Amino acid sequence: MAQPLVKKDDDRDDEAEYSPFLGIEKGSVLQEARVFNDPQLDARKCSQVITKLLYLLNQGETFTKVEATEVFFAVTKLFQSKDMGLRRMVYLIIKEISPSADEVIIVTSSLMKDMNSKIDMYRANAIRVLCRITDGTLLAQIERYLKQAIVDKNPVVASAALISGIHLLQTNPEIVKRWSNEVQEAVQSRAALVQFHALALLHQIRQNDRLAVSKLVTSLTRGSIRSPLAQCLLIRYTSQVIRESGNNTQSGERPFYDYLESCLRHKSEMVIFEAARAITELNSVTSRELTPAITVLQLFLSSSKPVLRFAAVRTLNKVAMTHPMAVTNCNIDMESLISDQNRSIATLAITTLLKTGNESSVDRLMKQITNFMSDIADEFKIVVVEAIRSLCLKFPLKYRSLMNFLSNILREEGGFDYKKAIVDSIVILIRDIPDAKEAGLLHLCEFIEDCEFTYLSTQILHFLGIEGPKTSDPSKYIRYVYNRVHLENAVVRASAVSTLAKFGAVVDALKPRIFVLLRRCLFDSDDEVRDRATLYLNTLGDDGSVVETDKDVKDFLFGPFDIPLVNLETSLKNYDPSEEAFDIKSVPKEVKSQPLAEKKATGKKPTGLGAPPIGPASTADAYERMLSAIPECANFGKLFKSSAPVELTEAETEYAVNVVKHIFDRHVVFQYNCTNTIPEQLLEDVIVIVDASEADEFSEVFSKPLRSLPYDSPGQTFLAFEKPEGVPTVGKFSNVLKFIVKVVDPTNGEIEDDGVEDEYQLEDLEVVAADYVLKVGVSNFRNAWESLGPDCERVDEYGLGPRESLSEAVYTVINLLGLQPCEGTEEVPPNSRSHTCLLSGVFIGNVKVLVRLSFGLDGSKDVAMKLAVRSEDETVSDAIHEIVASG
Amino acid sequence: MVSYSSCPSIKNILLLDSEGKRVAVKYFSDEWPTNTSKIAFEKFVFSKTVKTNARTEAEITLLDDNIIIYKFVQDLHFFVTGGDDENEIVLASVLQGFFDAVTLLLRNNVDKREALENLDLILLCLDEIVDGGMILETNGPLIAEKVTSHSMDADSPLSEQTLTQAWATAREHLTRTLLK
Repeated sequence: MAQPLVKKDDDRDDEAEYSPFLGIEKGSVLQEARVFNDPQLDARKCSQVITKLLYLLNQGETFTKVEATEVFFAVTKLFQSKDMGLRRMVYLIIKEISPSADEVIIVTSSLMKDMNSKIDMYRANAIRVLCRITDGTLLAQIERYLKQAIVDKNPVVASAALISGIHLLQTNPEIVKRWSNEVQEAVQSRAALVQFHALALLHQIRQNDRLAVSKLVTSLTRGSIRSPLAQCLLIRYTSQVIRESGNNTQSGERPFYDYLESCLRHKSEMVIFEAARAITELNSVTSRELTPAITVLQLFLSSSKPVLRFAAVRTLNKVAMTHPMAVTNCNIDMESLISDQNRSIATLAITTLLKTGNESSVDRLMKQITNFMSDIADEFKIVVVEAIRSLCLKFPLKYRSLMNFLSNILREEGGFDYKKAIVDSIVILIRDIPDAKEAGLLHLCEFIEDCEFTYLSTQILHFLGIEGPKTSDPSKYIRYVYNRVHLENAVVRASAVSTLAKFGAVVDALKPRIFVLLRRCLFDSDDEVRDRATLYLNTLGDDGSVVETDKDVKDFLFGPFDIPLVNLETSLKNYDPSEEAFDIKSVPKEVKSQPLAEKKATGKKPTGLGAPPIGPASTADAYERMLSAIPECANFGKLFKSSAPVELTEAETEYAVNVVKHIFDRHVVFQYNCTNTIPEQLLEDVIVIVDASEADEFSEVFSKPLRSLPYDSPGQTFLAFEKPEGVPTVGKFSNVLKFIVKVVDPTNGEIEDDGVEDEYQLEDLEVVAADYVLKVGVSNFRNAWESLGPDCERVDEYGLGPRESLSEAVYTVINLLGLQPCEGTEEVPPNSRSHTCLLSGVFIGNVKVLVRLSFGLDGSKDVAMKLAVRSEDETVSDAIHEIVASG
Repeated sequence: MVSYSSCPSIKNILLLDSEGKRVAVKYFSDEWPTNTSKIAFEKFVFSKTVKTNARTEAEITLLDDNIIIYKFVQDLHFFVTGGDDENEIVLASVLQGFFDAVTLLLRNNVDKREALENLDLILLCLDEIVDGGMILETNGPLIAEKVTSHSMDADSPLSEQTLTQAWATAREHLTRTLLK
């Protein structure tokens, strides 16, 4: 018997790590591949060598171009063998090697022969290989066979052709689209997988034709799709049609809902789940529509299969974000999942419960979670921490138990990301729940006593410096802060010194004691720490007298650092050490946009909202130089802002004109960039005639015509208006380009003397409020917001009417105001019902403006917005409101 | 891999051993362009799942926006990866199909050694389950049948074969009879 012999064989081998590929080497396998060239092919031997080659490839070994070509050519010889097993391996290795286009030609004829073979397995595989390696040219030749194969009796062949069609559609859509009829026939196939592949291909052929997709869905939802996978596809296509059919939900039944609901009773779990998920994701789904879907998901929660439990709890978790009430029925099942073996399921269950829980269940829930936290991985813990944070914000009265929970887990073992998530959560709770402040700060103090992460220590120290002095008993934090000066590394020591100084600046009673501590820091071993101590002692007035800290010092200590570091770096590099001290005010505050964006802006029409609102600093410099060269502009003062070019002509017209709006305090200069695209013409005395009748607060000051505009070399003409000082005057201007045309002979460049006067209508130009706003980001919005104070705050609410989506509304308002979004708040998370967006900028007259926008979506698609503006000047705050009110 | 709009797609299928080393893998997504990134992904997935008990039922987890369904038998670890918006149960059916087919092809001796000795069958099996990310077949017995639906050169006299070859031929005959 063979078996005992084999057994004995491997006993002699290395027992621990036996592998038939032990000690395999690329070089020797390539040598072995020579058997492919033998006149008498040994099929078994060849198969083994191919397996070895595939093994090497699979282990990540790579073949050089030469090696691959050699193997490929050798392999092509194996088509001579009639051995089916070997042929399968040949197909496989051809796909793995993926020969280059000029090599493909060698196997084409062999593969085409196999495509017409009587053996199904050959046909199916040859199709898949050929379509994988072929390019468009060959496709036309084999198209006929592929069409036939789609309707082949053998399902394996049909599937192979359909799948290949799906891949080819990406590269050769026009050919594949011609197969519609055959594909449609295949949709009716009895074989489940053929139906699935045919439906996928048919939909992809038609996906850009809404009507056709809608028809497809209408006919198939009535008909009989048998394959569960195909049914899943149909459910996806159906929800797509529902989504696109818009929101006629008010008018009774949602189209196709009945179909989705009937799929909940399908016998296959994947279909049931697909349908349930589709229902939960319907736009503004009603609770009546949700109920049957929630019911089947609830059944899945107690399934013995982890995959089903996971799928159900993950979907319910998402539903809980928008419809927490709908999910509460499942709470009992959810609670039993907290002890699920699979920690992903347990975490999802907990976070769902945290979202659906009510105030009374919080304490019980926290107890359960405490036991659970110890045995899950950090990434799950982070999810739980975030869920607890939002729960706490929902039920501020419960802050005590939630804060305790956070401080407890803060003391336990954990990685940086986890600890950071906890610290962030505590900071947010302190900020939003005033009662939680003192307890939270003490928790943080305790944490930094024994914190291994420098980053977290410095962040907490900074936060303590801002919040600590405002508490009822600031002195109790000093000990924690000063301990850092003794026990930590230089980075933490330095930030502890800054924190001490902040206490000293705000709490006069503590000042003498702070001075003592700071003086001790003067002997620190690190120069940054010493420097800071010296600086603060001087700014706080360490001359023995206890005086009230003046505003400048407070600004210095607490003010946000609103200069982009990149700009500061360039300015410092350019600074010449001289008599004149470096002035930080000379550093531009504008955030540089990417050079790529600039190219786009000058190259073609700024694409709507996506257009970069300001050119990069280099463009601004260039503009400034260009304008200062015009004597009439000399007394206009400093250029406040230059807009991105606005196209005034369609693309590819005879004359291309765009305009840049330069805003000064009391003037606006339009710079028209003109290009003549007709080789046979020379334009002279080019000027733009502007009708400012719809801009009555503007009065024309001067215009500067362009003497000559030859073919394809752009030139500028300028026009200046005076306007009321420092206010965002808006207006609409209609433009006509006027010039004298002279005919040029393009062959020799001769110009005719006589010119004809002509004019060319341009599009209208508007000066809008956003033109008077500079995008300037702030690094810490909250600090900046608080430092501006509520004195010049203006708050109002606006209804924005029905909008396509929340993010579209946010986008529109940001664009309208022309301010810089801060801290990534311009992104609206999908499916959210409300959003807060933070904006900052500088208004004309160098007035800093901060805006906090709160958006909310109500049942239908109406968007409401609360706009809070803070600035250094209340008229500016009003002006911002004006922009929104009129926009 | 190109995204096939709303069609379920598979990012990769992995068969690793009990130390996380590759037995056979197949990637359909270009999310992991280099071998190093592939190995890193395999290590990551292996380390995150190795402690769980996925021997009776397929287990599932969500790692870095990928759903991973996995099942362990002896010293073999089976994985199927899909995007995070994929229908979990569809992915599970692919894993089940792969697992069933391998069990049939290895005649219930599902372990690393057997898998390596029949690597050709395993690779053909991967080829028959998913094509360029699209699900080709999920029915285990059908996949196994497609893999073995070729007759080896069984007519050559036994004397010309080495013992191993004879054993291999016998094994294949057995497989085919099992599948019938």
